[in-house]
Amino acid sequence: MELLLFNAFNGLIQGVFYALMALGLALILSLNSVINMAHGGFLVIGAYLAYTLSPYLGFWGALIVGPALAGAIGLLVERVLIRPIYKRVDPIYSLLLTFGLALIIEDMARTIWGPQGLPLEVPDVINSPVSDVYFFITGYRLFVIGVTAAAAIALYLLLRYTLLGIRIRAGIRDLETTAALGVNIYKLRALNFGFGCIFAGLAGVLAAGVLGLTPPMGNSLIMPSFVAIIIGGVGSLFGAVLGGLIIGLAAGVVTTYYPAASEAVIYLMMLIVLVVRPRGLFGEEGLFE
Amino acid sequence: MTRAVSVAAMWIALILVPWWLPMVGSYTALGSKILIYAIATMGLNLVLGFTGGLSFGQAAYFGLGAYGAGMTLKYLAPDTPLAILIGTLAGGLAATLLGPLVMRRRGIYFAMITIAIGQLFYFVMVRWNNVTGGEDGLAGFSRQDIHFGSLTVPIASSGTAFYYLVLLCFTIAVAIMWTILQSPLGHTWVAIRENRRRMEFLGVRVERYVWAAFAIAGFITAFAGTLNALLFNFTSPQDLHWILSGDFVIMIILGGMRSFFGPLIGVIIFVVAQDYLSSITGNWMTFIGMIFVFIVLVFPRGVLGVFRRAEAI
Repeated sequence: MELLLFNAFNGLIQGVFYALMALGLALILSLNSVINMAHGGFLVIGAYLAYTLSPYLGFWGALIVGPALAGAIGLLVERVLIRPIYKRVDPIYSLLLTFGLALIIEDMARTIWGPQGLPLEVPDVINSPVSDVYFFITGYRLFVIGVTAAAAIALYLLLRYTLLGIRIRAGIRDLETTAALGVNIYKLRALNFGFGCIFAGLAGVLAAGVLGLTPPMGNSLIMPSFVAIIIGGVGSLFGAVLGGLIIGLAAGVVTTYYPAASEAVIYLMMLIVLVVRPRGLFGEEGLFE
Repeated sequence: MTRAVSVAAMWIALILVPWWLPMVGSYTALGSKILIYAIATMGLNLVLGFTGGLSFGQAAYFGLGAYGAGMTLKYLAPDTPLAILIGTLAGGLAATLLGPLVMRRRGIYFAMITIAIGQLFYFVMVRWNNVTGGEDGLAGFSRQDIHFGSLTVPIASSGTAFYYLVLLCFTIAVAIMWTILQSPLGHTWVAIRENRRRMEFLGVRVERYVWAAFAIAGFITAFAGTLNALLFNFTSPQDLHWILSGDFVIMIILGGMRSFFGPLIGVIIFVVAQDYLSSITGNWMTFIGMIFVFIVLVFPRGVLGVFRRAEAI
């Protein structure tokens, strides 16, 4: 029983990272119509910059500055590389472009910081177990859940109540009409891409505190995030978050009984969802097709 | 006319590979690898370039073919044709069974689902390690000579003989694909690519045709995968990783996704570049990534696309 609880909680933490990644991916997918294969790369950028800056800024400063820099680099990448190919109808080009970026970022991280794993120091205040019995529930893990929840709520409030958020949602519905009403959709899409990368960077910093840093760390998180989006339903940000948590939890539970299947179960769940409910839990029929 | 000449020149060059490739400082196995990847990418291009389905997880079927062939040789029988047959069936049937899940999808969604499905097989091969060798890959098998009555083809010891087996397989695959593309089936695929909705209005069961394309592409890619396992007498999870899927797609774009032989050109350039870059720099991944970015931004129609009239992209 305790083992089950332990693995389920571990899975939930993993699911939180999937959810953060999936949220950024889904945001970019919705408005920019780009499958950002480099999303794992932005996670790596956020995590390693936080690692490099934490001696100077401390963990708290790095937690803010790392994701912010990932977002800034995202803005730059969008402006220089992604914007020129928006006019191409076939999504294959953005897919390949970001795929190439993912290779470049991973290789650069390996060259700059080395192939070996690095630890990210987490302050003792939040790193001690909160209970003797449930030793695996460390303060840091609760902190990860808290930060993620805060970030998701902040995004929700931004999209729901601010002018920028309303424009983003309008752009997701109908980009052409939004442009015709006088919104600068290039600026809108750039900012949106930046937001998505901030979420990737945040996932990176938080994950580094649990899993440590390695150059391919983004690779192992990006594919489950795709699955989270498919299970949650393409077009639904809430679905992406829920999908991430569900598959993380499922992987954790399966680890208890049959560890070898802990990764495969995620993809099996996706197949089942595709058979039973092809548009996903909260997806809209016919979106992005 | 020029087309006939260039195609004839291509076949002559392919037949003479064991003579001229070592002369330019390369090795025959690289020629085999190029032809194997050409079979895989031309198969994938049936979906990608001719039907317009963005399959981004094709390495899964390549890898299933490779594992199917390797496991047949290792556990079942030391028989090369049987290994090729079983591997091809393994990958092809997997694609056929999964086809219904992807055939209704289009564009980005099609891509995401095919990538994710590919990962399923990746983790099966990584985690089922007492049979598949896990992370380290499947070794301990080797291709066997083929016997026709009293005639023995020494592919086990001779790289040149194996190259000619691969060339024969390439020829068969090309003949099959060419025939399909000239048939009503192939013309329907192109029509679906050009205007899917219109085909639906005409009463064509578009989904079934997309399924057919996905399944046939699966069989052909798996066929290539079996040969790849035989070439190296080894296969590993990297053979079904999404990075290889991405490589396949960029090779097709590089050569020209609207042309029949485009993928072959793309494979030649990409494989040679990768071979060369990885021999001179540890940062070859960065250069490969830059090639991706460069092709997408500057060269989206590919080598053979340049010679054709401007198309909308």
